[in-house]
Amino acid sequence: MTVEAEVPHTSDTASQGEPENYLTHETGLTSWLITVDHKRIGLMYLMSVIFAFAFGGAFALLLRTELATQGQTLMEADTYNQVFTLHGAIMVFLFIIPSIPGALGNFFLPIMLGAKDVAFPKLNLASFWIYVLGSIFAVLAIVLGHVDTGWTFYTPYSVGRNVTGGDQAVLWMTTAVFITGFSSILTGVNFIATVHKMRAPGLHWKRLPLFIWGVYATAVIQVLATPVLAITVLLLFMEKTMSVGIFDPQLGGDPVLFQHFFWFYSHPAVYIMILPGMAVVNELIATFSKRKIFGYMFVAMSSISLALLSFVVWGHHMFTSGMSEYGTMVFSALTFLVAIPSGVKIFNWIATLYEGSVSFESPMLYGLAFLVLFTIGGLTGLFLGVLSVDVYLHDTYFVVAHFHYTMMGGTVMGFLGGLHYWWPKMTGKMYSETLARIAFGFVFVGFNVTFISQFIMGSQGMPRRYYDYLDQFQPFHMTSTGGAYLLGIGFTIMAIMLVKSLRSGEKAPPNPWGSASYEWMTTTPPHPHNFAETPIIERGPYDYHLCSEEELWTGFPEDFKKGSEA
Amino acid sequence: MGHSHGPAYLAHHFETPKQQFESAKLGMWAFLSQEILFFSGLFVAYGIFRTWYPESFSVGSHLLNWKMGAINTAVLLGSSFTAAMAVQSAQKGDKGKTASYLIVTFLCAAGFMVVKYFEYSHKWHVGTLPGQYFGCPGFDCSNGPTLEFAEEMSTAIGNSYENFGANMVPYHLRTFFGIYFIMTGLHGVHVLIGMGLILWMLKRNASNEFSAEFYTPVDLFALYWHLVDLVWIFLFPLLYLID
Ligand SMILES: [Cu+2]
Repeated sequence: MTVEAEVPHTSDTASQGEPENYLTHETGLTSWLITVDHKRIGLMYLMSVIFAFAFGGAFALLLRTELATQGQTLMEADTYNQVFTLHGAIMVFLFIIPSIPGALGNFFLPIMLGAKDVAFPKLNLASFWIYVLGSIFAVLAIVLGHVDTGWTFYTPYSVGRNVTGGDQAVLWMTTAVFITGFSSILTGVNFIATVHKMRAPGLHWKRLPLFIWGVYATAVIQVLATPVLAITVLLLFMEKTMSVGIFDPQLGGDPVLFQHFFWFYSHPAVYIMILPGMAVVNELIATFSKRKIFGYMFVAMSSISLALLSFVVWGHHMFTSGMSEYGTMVFSALTFLVAIPSGVKIFNWIATLYEGSVSFESPMLYGLAFLVLFTIGGLTGLFLGVLSVDVYLHDTYFVVAHFHYTMMGGTVMGFLGGLHYWWPKMTGKMYSETLARIAFGFVFVGFNVTFISQFIMGSQGMPRRYYDYLDQFQPFHMTSTGGAYLLGIGFTIMAIMLVKSLRSGEKAPPNPWGSASYEWMTTTPPHPHNFAETPIIERGPYDYHLCSEEELWTGFPEDFKKGSEA
Repeated sequence: MGHSHGPAYLAHHFETPKQQFESAKLGMWAFLSQEILFFSGLFVAYGIFRTWYPESFSVGSHLLNWKMGAINTAVLLGSSFTAAMAVQSAQKGDKGKTASYLIVTFLCAAGFMVVKYFEYSHKWHVGTLPGQYFGCPGFDCSNGPTLEFAEEMSTAIGNSYENFGANMVPYHLRTFFGIYFIMTGLHGVHVLIGMGLILWMLKRNASNEFSAEFYTPVDLFALYWHLVDLVWIFLFPLLYLID
C-alpha cells in the first residue's frame, strides 16, 4: 500500500489536530437519515440489527422461561405459539439476514476494495429504508396480534381457514417479509456491481480479502433466491385473501408446493446467513495468526461453491413431507456435497492456525468459537441429511439444536467477532478487553449449555415447538433454560461494555490488532471517502511478510515516528 | 461533492465515466436476473397446475380474448423496437429523436394498458375472477353467476347453451384465474413502472442531461423494457393460446 506513505495525515496529525473523519464530517440528524455514505448506512444497519437481536432475544428468554417447567409457567399455550414464531421471524428476517452484509459488509466492503463508496450509494440508502419499512410491518403484525405459524408460514395452517382470528396479522407479517426481501435483493445487486467494478488499482481477484469473497457469494444468493420468497409470500397472500387453490389442499392446491417454494429460498437463505459469518472468520483467523490464510483460493472458491450448491439441496427439508423416494435420494446425496466446501474451509483455517503466531484477543475468541460450534452444527447436519435417520430426528429438538449451532454458533459468533474486531475502526474507541472476555465466557458457556441439552432431548424424541412435555425431559429443559439465562447475562455485559466504550473508551489507533488487511491502512475513524487518495494495492491482504513495520504498528503513527527516531 | 474530477454526470465515488457506465450496466443485469427468478416462481406454479388440471386450463384459455392478447403482443414488440431506437439516438446525442422514440414507446405502453383495462373490466363484469370470486361479477357473490357468465362458459366449454349446466364448469378455473391475474397483474405493474421511467427519461432528456458520452439511464431503461417485453412473450402463448 504505497498510498499511505504519500498521504500527509500521519505526520500532520499532531500539528493540525484530528484528521477529517466520516463521523464528524457532517453533523445533525438529517445528515445521518439521508446520508449516502456507506459507513453511516452501515452504522444505521448495525443499530437496527442490534435492536432486532435484542427483541428476538427477549422472545427467546420468554419462551425458554415458559419451557423451564412442565405445564404453564409464564404464559398460555396460545401466547407461547406466538412467542416462538416472533422469535424465529425476527431473528431470521430482521436480524441474521441483514446483520453482517447490511452492517459490517456495508461499512467494510468498499473500504477493503479501496473504493470511495458502493457502486450505487442512493440505492444503498433506499435498501436501508426499505428494511425499516419492512420492520414497521413486522411490528404491526406483533401489535395486531396472533402470528402463530412459526417463521416458515407453512400451509395449510397459515392460510388459517379453520382458525378464528389471526388472519390479518399473518398478512402483515408476510408483507414484512416481502418488503425486507427487496431490501436484501437491492443490497445484493449493489455489492455485486461494487465488487466487480469498484476495486482499487492493483486489487485483482486473487488479492481480494476473503471477507469480500464471502460477502460476494452471499450477494449472488440474495439476488437469485430472494425473489422466489417474494413470489411465495405473494401467492400465500392471494391464497389467504381469495382462496385461489394453489397451496390449500381443500381447494385442490398443494401444501408441499409451498414447502418447495419456501425452501427454494430459505435453504439458500441459510447460506445468506452463514457465508458472511465465515467471511468474518477469515479476517479474524488471518489477523490473529499473523499469517496468510492457508489455501487462499480454495477458501475463496468454497464460498462460491457453497453459494451454488445451496440452490440444489432445498428438498432435504421435505424428506418426511411426502416427496417421491427418488427425489429424497437425490436431495440427500446433494446435501452431503455441502460438507466438502464446508470442510475445505474448516481444515484450511486450522492449517492457518498451525504454526501461526496465534493470539487470543476477544475477536479471536469468537473466531475460534465459530470453528468449534460451526463444526458441531455442520456435522449434526449430516445426521439430518441421512434419509433414515431424518425420519426419526425430523421436527425434534435435535433439528433446533443443529440450526442454532450453525446460525448462532456460526453466524452470530462471526457477527460478534466482527463487531469486536472492527469496533475500534468504526467508532474510533477501544473497549474493555476484560469485560469483553467475561461476556464471551458467558456467551460461549451459555450457548453450549442451552443447546447441548437440546441435542440430547431431541435425540430422545422431544418434538420441537411443543408447549408441554413428558417428565423425562424436565432436567434437559431446565438446563437449557439455565443456559439461555447465562446467554442473557453475557449479552447484557457486552451491551454495557460497548456503551462504556462509546462514552469513555480510549482513543483507538488506526491498526490496533496489527493487521495487514487493507481496511486498517486508513485513518481511524475512516476518512469520509475512506482513503484520502485512492490507494494502489501492491500486495495481498494477508501478506504479512511484505508489510513494513510501520504498516503493522499497533500504536499511534506519531509514536512510531518517535520510536524510530529514538 | 465539492471537488471536481471530471464531467458533471460523473458521480463523486467513480473514477472514470467508463467505470460508472459499466457498474450501472452490471447492476441492471443483476437486477434483471432477480426479475427472471421472480417471474419463474409463477411459471413453475403455472406448469404444475396446468399438468394437474388440464381441462380447467384449456377452458380458461378459451375464456381469454386471444385477439386482444395478440394486439398487445404486437404493441409491446413494437415498443421494444422504439426503446432500442431511443438508445441509439441517445448514443448519437440526437436529443430530438430520443424524445420522439421515447414518446412512441410511452404511447405503446399506454396502449397496452388500455387493452389490459378492457380485458380486466370485462372479467370484472362477467365474474371470471380468481379463487372464491369466480362466478361473482364485480367481486360480489351475493347474486350468483349472471346469464352472461353462463353464455361465456358454454362457449368456452364448447357446449351448446341449451345443454349447459353449472356442473360442467371445471372447478379449478378459480386457480387458473388466480394465476392469470397474478401473472398479468405483476406484469402490468412492471409496464406501469416502465411508463414512469419513460417520463423520467423524457424529463432528463429535455434538461440536456444526456449526450453521446452519457446516455446510461436510457440504456438501462431499455434493458428493463426488453425484459418486460420478454415476460409477456411467454405469458401470451401460455395463457391465451395453448389449449
Ligand atoms: Cu436446508
